Amino acid sequence: MSLGKPCGATPRVAIDVSALPTYSFAHRSLMWWGTLGFVSIETAGFGLAIATYLYFAQKAQTWPPDSPPPDLLPGTVLTVLLLLSLIPNQLIKGWARAEDVIKTRIGLVIMCIAGILPLIVRVFEFMALNVRWDTDAYGSIVWLLLGLHTTHLVTDVIDTIVLTALMFTRHGYEGRRFSDVYDNASYWDFVVVSWLPVYFILYWFPRLVS
Amino acid sequence: MTAMDHADYPQDTNLDDAELSRRLTRLWASPKGLIGFFSTTDHKVVGRRYIVTAFVFLVLAGLNAVVMRLQLAQPDNDLVGPKLYNELFTVHGTTMMFLFAVPVMEAVAVYLVPLMVGTRNIAFPRLNAFSYWLYVAGGAMLWIAFLVGAAPDKGWFSYAPLSETQYSPGKGVDIWAQMITFTEVSALAVSVEIICTVFKQRAPGMSLDRIPIFVWAMLATSFMVLFALPAIMLASTGLILDRLVNTHFFDTLGGDALLWQHLFWFFGHPEVYLVFLPATGMVSAIIAPFARRPIFGYLAIVLSIIGNAVLSFGLWVHHMFATGLPELGASFFTASSMVIGITSGIQIFCWIATLWGGRPVFKTPLLFVLGFIVIFVIGGLSGLMIASVPLDTQVHDTYFIVAHFHYVLIGGGVFPLLGAIYYWFPKITGRMMSETIGRWHFWLAFIGMNLAFFPMHLLGLWGMPRRVYSYPADMGWGTTNLIVTIGAAIFAVSFLVFFWNALVSLRSGRLAGPNPWGAGTLEWAMSSPPPPYNFLRQPFVTSREPLWTEPGVLPVAEGLRVDRRELILSSVVDGDPIQIESSPEPSIWPFLAAIATTVFFIGSIFTPWAVVWGTPPIAVTLIGWFWPKGSKEEVD
Repeated sequence: MSLGKPCGATPRVAIDVSALPTYSFAHRSLMWWGTLGFVSIETAGFGLAIATYLYFAQKAQTWPPDSPPPDLLPGTVLTVLLLLSLIPNQLIKGWARAEDVIKTRIGLVIMCIAGILPLIVRVFEFMALNVRWDTDAYGSIVWLLLGLHTTHLVTDVIDTIVLTALMFTRHGYEGRRFSDVYDNASYWDFVVVSWLPVYFILYWFPRLVS
Repeated sequence: MTAMDHADYPQDTNLDDAELSRRLTRLWASPKGLIGFFSTTDHKVVGRRYIVTAFVFLVLAGLNAVVMRLQLAQPDNDLVGPKLYNELFTVHGTTMMFLFAVPVMEAVAVYLVPLMVGTRNIAFPRLNAFSYWLYVAGGAMLWIAFLVGAAPDKGWFSYAPLSETQYSPGKGVDIWAQMITFTEVSALAVSVEIICTVFKQRAPGMSLDRIPIFVWAMLATSFMVLFALPAIMLASTGLILDRLVNTHFFDTLGGDALLWQHLFWFFGHPEVYLVFLPATGMVSAIIAPFARRPIFGYLAIVLSIIGNAVLSFGLWVHHMFATGLPELGASFFTASSMVIGITSGIQIFCWIATLWGGRPVFKTPLLFVLGFIVIFVIGGLSGLMIASVPLDTQVHDTYFIVAHFHYVLIGGGVFPLLGAIYYWFPKITGRMMSETIGRWHFWLAFIGMNLAFFPMHLLGLWGMPRRVYSYPADMGWGTTNLIVTIGAAIFAVSFLVFFWNALVSLRSGRLAGPNPWGAGTLEWAMSSPPPPYNFLRQPFVTSREPLWTEPGVLPVAEGLRVDRRELILSSVVDGDPIQIESSPEPSIWPFLAAIATTVFFIGSIFTPWAVVWGTPPIAVTLIGWFWPKGSKEEVD
């Protein structure tokens, strides 16, 4: 009989788990670990892309080979915007943990705007790279690095917009949604932090070595 | 929400076994019908499909090898021409590595890890279903391309600049590169699931030092996947971009061909250990019950597994000794290549000690384990030889290398896997495989494998190069090649015997019962095949071999609801229960998301605009996937 009964063994009740919570935050939750797993993958991706950039730089006679470095303004404006977005992002983590529906909703709307603004600046950033992807290896890796980070930016902004919409429905009152908001904010931290080495490599490394 | 609310719902606490089983079956059973088929989130169903699909790819790639060996059986043969021969070895290697060897190990883990750690489903079961469909789509794309004559033909590593548009017009290389994307996304997803399952879903009481060794091996493997696979994804993406939008990553117009090799082998060497580490975990799992004693040196084995996982990232350059690297670099990688022999050696001594101190029962699974030790040691010895730069430079690109890596991969991967199939087949199907046919299978495989691959060492030392479709009679390689082909034929027949055994046993094998081998780990605690809910009551673990500790009694946890899918989350180190998690219901959305992703991936082989029109459908299916439907699983 397929009872799933231990092989002739009698179950002996050792503990009762019914009083355990049905959701939790940060490292206690399953989704937080899943997010961390994907963050690890993407960190490896960024690391290898930066290593590729440095590999090309070390092989080249001059760096950048035949182009001026990217203009500083759009990239720096974007960096400032991303760093500023960390303020509401930290606040929203606290509001989510406190399960404050109103503040969490307001915070999410702010984070949607805080995500869309850098995307607009990103368009100007691409235009200020001063090199095309098909010019040379330098151009290829510069576009790849910026493209890689833009993919993260777009993905998390869409995720935040969907989550915001969700929090304005009846589902917004579920405890696990607050945990989702917390994890989404943690991922945004990664989107911002992962940008800093890319920003340094794209904008300051060529100026420092030339 | 408070704990009081949870207690208000119907729970397993005071239900008798029959009633509890009835309710849990209704709760956890996979849905029926066509849509149900594509919606299941049961890790056992997905894992079974994964295993069967991987073996289908093994057969297909094996047929490639059979044709190659027929061609090489005699000098100046004209069975196949050079173009088809190039396609044959490319598709053979690509399929074996990307569609069989790594996926089959993950497939076994998808089935077994949740059972071995005592939980009711894998973490993120919908992602698991999604990963399976992507894997199928990627494999199908490669094989359909092969059958319609559009196969890649640049070897399983597609070295640049040969793989650039200039030298490889057509879509073969793009299909190869995009197949990488499919299988890597799929493998990365499975790895995250396994890490989360092992870290967070272990049965209460299963502290880190009570995790079965196979689970440790899969945990280490999964971490390796996280850091190794991004390298090949970056490389294959760069290659596609070179070919599609004229970037210059690896081409001769300012790119760097050697960079391709660095990125490929930064992934490619750990890849070997993605096959080998799970296999060692299987060996440890098999040896203990067949030696009738707990494994010797649990801690040493676990540390060796972790050591291997770390060290395998420091070896990639030994695939590039012939590229003229600086001498210091070559010396470093020679040394690290020898160091990994130590961590592998420790495991082998622990297994021998376990057998030495036990009362070994020589059934088929153990035969394959012993075959593994013999073959893998031979492969390891030739590996130590080619870890040395002067020797490697001599035999590079010869059949010596072909002999070496087949010894390592078949010995270190396929033999333990076959042993594992014999070992866990009764759990998965409820029936035993035939012991008599199993012995025939083992001896045919062992003799055929050695007859096919040992003479290749000699062919290599005599100078026969790899990847040539023919050779002239006056080289004097004819007889040896004929022996190799006969060995390959015997090896192929051994697989026919294996599949025949599996099919016959599936229909009429002896009923297995819950624990036919008398093993000690949790996957043997329930009936065979396991019910949809895995464990009637969640086990509470007090030792490394829970079924050996207190025969006849299994400590359990209670207090889970019976009106929605629930499992227990525990703390990472001690395995203390900390939360009740609701496990997702079946859903068609992961399948739809996989279709949308497939359209996007294949579209982007042909046009960069696929990024524009291919991503919105993916976004729609993902939102459909994650948007709550108001089921009990989603309510706190």
